[in-house]
Amino acid sequence: MIGPYQDLHDNQKPMIALATPSISAADSLAPPTSRPRWLRRNRSPLPGFGTTAAITSLVVGTLVIVPLTVLVASAASLGPLGFAAAAWTPRARAAYGVSLGASLLAAVASTALGLIVAWVLARVPFRGRRLIDAFVDVPLALPTAVAGLVYSALYVKQGWLGAWLVPMGVHGAYSYFGIVLVLVFVSLPFTVRVVQPVIENLDRDAEEAALMLGASRRQTFLRVIVPAIAPAVVTGFAMALARSLGEYGSVVFISGNMPFKTEIAPVLIVARLEEFAYAEATAIAVVLLTLSLTLLVVINVLQHRLSRSAVGTEK
Amino acid sequence: MNGSRSLAWLVAVCGLLAVGCGEGSGRSSSGGSASPIALLNVSYDPTRELYRDINAAFASSYEQAHGRAVAIKQSHASSGSQARAVIDGLEADVVTLAVWPDVAAVAKAGLVAKDWQARFDNDSVPYHSVVIFVVRKGNPKGIKDWPDLVRDDIAIITPNPKTSGNGKYSFLAAWGAVKATGGSDDDAERFVTEIYRRTPVLDTGARAATATFSQKGIGDVHLTFENEAYLEVAESAGELEIVYPSRSIRVDPPVAVVDATVDRRGTRHAAEAYLAFLYTPEGRAIVAKHHYRPWGEATPAPSTAPTLPLIETFDITAVGGWEAAMSRFFAEGGVFDAIYSAQAGK
Repeated sequence: MIGPYQDLHDNQKPMIALATPSISAADSLAPPTSRPRWLRRNRSPLPGFGTTAAITSLVVGTLVIVPLTVLVASAASLGPLGFAAAAWTPRARAAYGVSLGASLLAAVASTALGLIVAWVLARVPFRGRRLIDAFVDVPLALPTAVAGLVYSALYVKQGWLGAWLVPMGVHGAYSYFGIVLVLVFVSLPFTVRVVQPVIENLDRDAEEAALMLGASRRQTFLRVIVPAIAPAVVTGFAMALARSLGEYGSVVFISGNMPFKTEIAPVLIVARLEEFAYAEATAIAVVLLTLSLTLLVVINVLQHRLSRSAVGTEK
Repeated sequence: MNGSRSLAWLVAVCGLLAVGCGEGSGRSSSGGSASPIALLNVSYDPTRELYRDINAAFASSYEQAHGRAVAIKQSHASSGSQARAVIDGLEADVVTLAVWPDVAAVAKAGLVAKDWQARFDNDSVPYHSVVIFVVRKGNPKGIKDWPDLVRDDIAIITPNPKTSGNGKYSFLAAWGAVKATGGSDDDAERFVTEIYRRTPVLDTGARAATATFSQKGIGDVHLTFENEAYLEVAESAGELEIVYPSRSIRVDPPVAVVDATVDRRGTRHAAEAYLAFLYTPEGRAIVAKHHYRPWGEATPAPSTAPTLPLIETFDITAVGGWEAAMSRFFAEGGVFDAIYSAQAGK
């Protein structure tokens, strides 16, 4: 059963192996010039590399690096002991836990739901698909505070959904569950929009070939489709996680902000700012930033590995 | 190729430097005498409606008296974030904030002269409010006074005192109410602990707490400023009522001219007249119309303004003054934090 399918791979592999040497072969055929070899290699076929690189570094520098540097410098002004006293209190640790835990749960839920939505939008034709497709982007455009207010109004005992759910013991407002709920809302567009084009571009021939060659539907799904979309799913997960960790506006309206239970780290930052304790506030921000950067790096590495293995199996 | 790339880097680095240095340049001073004087009043959330009326009245009064038109812009957000905005460079001509520590922080940053409290009558507090209760229609839980709040069947809505001026005043009102009836500090601490044990939601701001109580139907009683309470009850279309406790804290929102801005822009005369206008009979009438309590005895009660009931008040000095209250109650590791640390241990 699996035999012919694996042959398909094996036939492809040499082609990939051939691809890399062919570039260096072309290189050596190029007419010799007086330029040093390293410079010649670095030349991009696209014009205007210098200008675009300058604009890129300017944009990234002013929008990201300079503010982050100021943030870290401000936190560093506290010294190690002051930093620990500000950023590592029991309450702050509890808040990081809530922020991280709820964001992870939300990213998992958002990835699963986003995958289904993306699959349906890309593969299943039905009336009103365009409309649903347009609605997916609404959370990006809506001020998130509005989302928090609407969700909490829906899930309280007097709300439309809460009237049914609260008697059953499901508290969607002023609870940990409520935080996860709004985070899924704000992060869903990211997971859908990252995965959807990949599914749209999936080579249906490969699926059909797998089926023709005797693979079961399950094998086709696991060995043809999953490897192809896995990198995009992981990217979607990372974006959902990053989006959730930074979210403030919607969460403060639905979480209830109870210390040690539903208080997220950004609320502590605001609390310290109200005391005009800027450096202490940035210390908390630096911890949050470090946590999310670490997570993103881990996910990036994972994604990189996945996409390499996907190239190996898909093509 | 090499040259153009290093040029590009130079451009990038210069751009970064220019952004870094460009922040210092400020707004140039106002133009010719014919153009209206522009004033920016940086205030807090609930005063939006009040200052809309004040601005219109002041503009015509100033133009009549001095022959110059004044255009006043107003900015509203939570009091603390407004103070930070001014400290960080928002060019306010006057600040009209919720709590003393916010104006004090602007003064500490050197933007307002140290003697700002002596510049206007009543320590630069033109109007007051008090912390009162809002309850459901018909007061089903029979909430009359502070001790009723800590009964077992009561849920209380009040914003987080760490992030909200309204929340700070509610905390201090509860504390002071115990002290005013001869309670000890321990009694007061037990009382506020019981209050926050009955608070299911800690919103970060006053308006969010109002929405939680009135729109979402959470809680039996909402502690808030009198002026906010009247607005909330008016909006509820008969679903909510006001209850006056036997005594409460007097709310003192201070005002100040931002010396650094008015001296640079040449707007001192208009800015000082603007704040002084709050103390005039006309200004007081507008203040009263919006359910604030104008300072002083000689308020001409205009027929349009509601008469607010007399209530026994204590002020911030009863709880040790603002600086002591901030560090004792609301700073990191203070009394408020201890309430929740103790709860988390259980």
